Amino acid sequence: MGEHGHGDPNEPGAVIRAGEGDPGRYAIADPGLPPHRPRLADEDPQVAKRSERQVFVLFLLSIIGTITVFVAYFAIELTEDLQMLRLQNTLLGVGVALSMLGIGLGVVHWAKTLMPDHELVEARKPLRKESERQEAEKIVGDVLEESGIKRRPLIRNTLIGAVLLAPLPGIVMFRDLDQSDDFGVERMRHSLWDEGVRLVRDPTGTPIRAADMTVGSSMHVVPENLRDVPGHGDRLTEKAKAVVLLMRMNPDDIETVSEGREDWTYDGIIACSKVCTHVGCPVALYERHTHHLLCPCHQSTFDAANEFKVIFGPAGRPLPQLPISVDDEGYLVAQSDFTEPVGPTYWERGEK
Amino acid sequence: MKALSQRRRHPFAGVALLLLGLLITGGLYAAATTINEAQASSTEDYSSADVDEGERLFVANCATCHGINAEGTDNGPSLVGVGAASVDFQVGTGRMPMQMHGPQAQKKPPQFNDEQTMQLAAYVASLGAGPAVPDDEYLDVDQGDPARGGELFRINCAMCHNAAAAGGALTEGKFAPSLHGVEERHIYEAMTTGPQNMPVFSDANIPPEDKQDIIAFLKTYESQGTPGGFSLGSLGPVSEGLFLWTGGIAVIIASMVWLTSRSS
Repeated sequence: MGEHGHGDPNEPGAVIRAGEGDPGRYAIADPGLPPHRPRLADEDPQVAKRSERQVFVLFLLSIIGTITVFVAYFAIELTEDLQMLRLQNTLLGVGVALSMLGIGLGVVHWAKTLMPDHELVEARKPLRKESERQEAEKIVGDVLEESGIKRRPLIRNTLIGAVLLAPLPGIVMFRDLDQSDDFGVERMRHSLWDEGVRLVRDPTGTPIRAADMTVGSSMHVVPENLRDVPGHGDRLTEKAKAVVLLMRMNPDDIETVSEGREDWTYDGIIACSKVCTHVGCPVALYERHTHHLLCPCHQSTFDAANEFKVIFGPAGRPLPQLPISVDDEGYLVAQSDFTEPVGPTYWERGEK
Repeated sequence: MKALSQRRRHPFAGVALLLLGLLITGGLYAAATTINEAQASSTEDYSSADVDEGERLFVANCATCHGINAEGTDNGPSLVGVGAASVDFQVGTGRMPMQMHGPQAQKKPPQFNDEQTMQLAAYVASLGAGPAVPDDEYLDVDQGDPARGGELFRINCAMCHNAAAAGGALTEGKFAPSLHGVEERHIYEAMTTGPQNMPVFSDANIPPEDKQDIIAFLKTYESQGTPGGFSLGSLGPVSEGLFLWTGGIAVIIASMVWLTSRSS
């Protein structure tokens, strides 16, 4: 008791310890262990019998729960409406909960009421003994000495060399999982948008006339050449980079147009990447009067009237704007690809 | 006119006059009844009496903020060209007249009855062309395709209104409301007019048939309910997290207390 193994009990200090000074005034007397009190079930066989019954009921509930799961899974016929599915889900949940909780509660109740309740005291061990420390040091010294690693530098150095070289094939193999020359950085830099590519509606794929966009409208847009991409997976990858939100606001409401971007909009129609520059969530919560675009993940807010400047939240850069114009037939087309990579920042992004 | 006056004593003049009179009264009656039907089925035509009555209501109830000629003031936008659909939505859902200024107008019990709402809509529609109250044919959810509507909803609406149409937060106190229990007509009108900060989904973007599909999806979803037990408002991590932090942690603490307590 009171032997903590660290800290010198004789060191000077103002702390009053048990047994020092005037114990009557400051120290709290060690109350020791409370006396062992037998449980009701230890003395009264009736109570023990009742506890046994309770544990039995809990285990029985577990069995019933498991049977319920089987009945719910196999006996319930699912129909067109969701009624039976809802019933099945509920019964599956209740059944699994009963089967697990029944076992758990039963075992604990059994241990608490019926199993022997010897109380054992295990005194705290000293954290470190000097003799043990010396023993461990000796073992390490012996190993170093006996292995001869100090006396034979040749094999020691070749071992270090071998260990250093061994992981290198892994690096090469993992690196070549990506077949491109530049870790695919170029692929992140470009999307399907290009000069003259029409803006089409997602999911119908129909092209959009400028007149279709009334003031205050917003449309979810993909490039027309997306449907030419073979393979579902590749198409999704390309779509993820190329998704665009198209908005039309009153042309007078556009506040900032920096140099070189004067003809990026068409009569108040403005297009931007839907991929948040923070961690890539789709930014599409558009408020047509405030011209705010809100990202639902971390509340980054972009101002469409000011070239999608970040006005709130963790995003570091404005959303990339897609330069648009109108082709001979009156449909909205892109003037070029995005002029910067879409989505979150990455190391190789650079300023190209 | 000369020819007419010369033939006014023609033997058939009386018959012709009678026929003309019958045609006019019959025609007027037919027009009047279709106008009455139109009020019920909510198409464009409003009588001038409706417009006049609507103007009286407007001046008394709306002009403080929207201006005496609905031209708009600092406190409220101009209503020229917003159309009857906008009025039917804003007034029909109780958002207008607005209870107080705030981030956005809140839904409340409608302050005008159906006829007054129609008259207000007639007046505002007479100020300038705008979206009309939708035809009933596009509000019949049995004719819509809920599966297609679901796809359109997830692309165009779900980012704000939540994939389960339970609504969600926007910036600076604004929010997209839950769409459960909203009348078909009001859902349609919200899409065509873009109330408050909602973008407009005009017929050129989402044609009436597609709007019908979206409404069919919402109504199907509403009637089916969720198959997965407690939906906790379908609000995602907000309500689920709150439930686990309060209910779940309470259960864990209770079981720890029980595990470590002595049996009596």
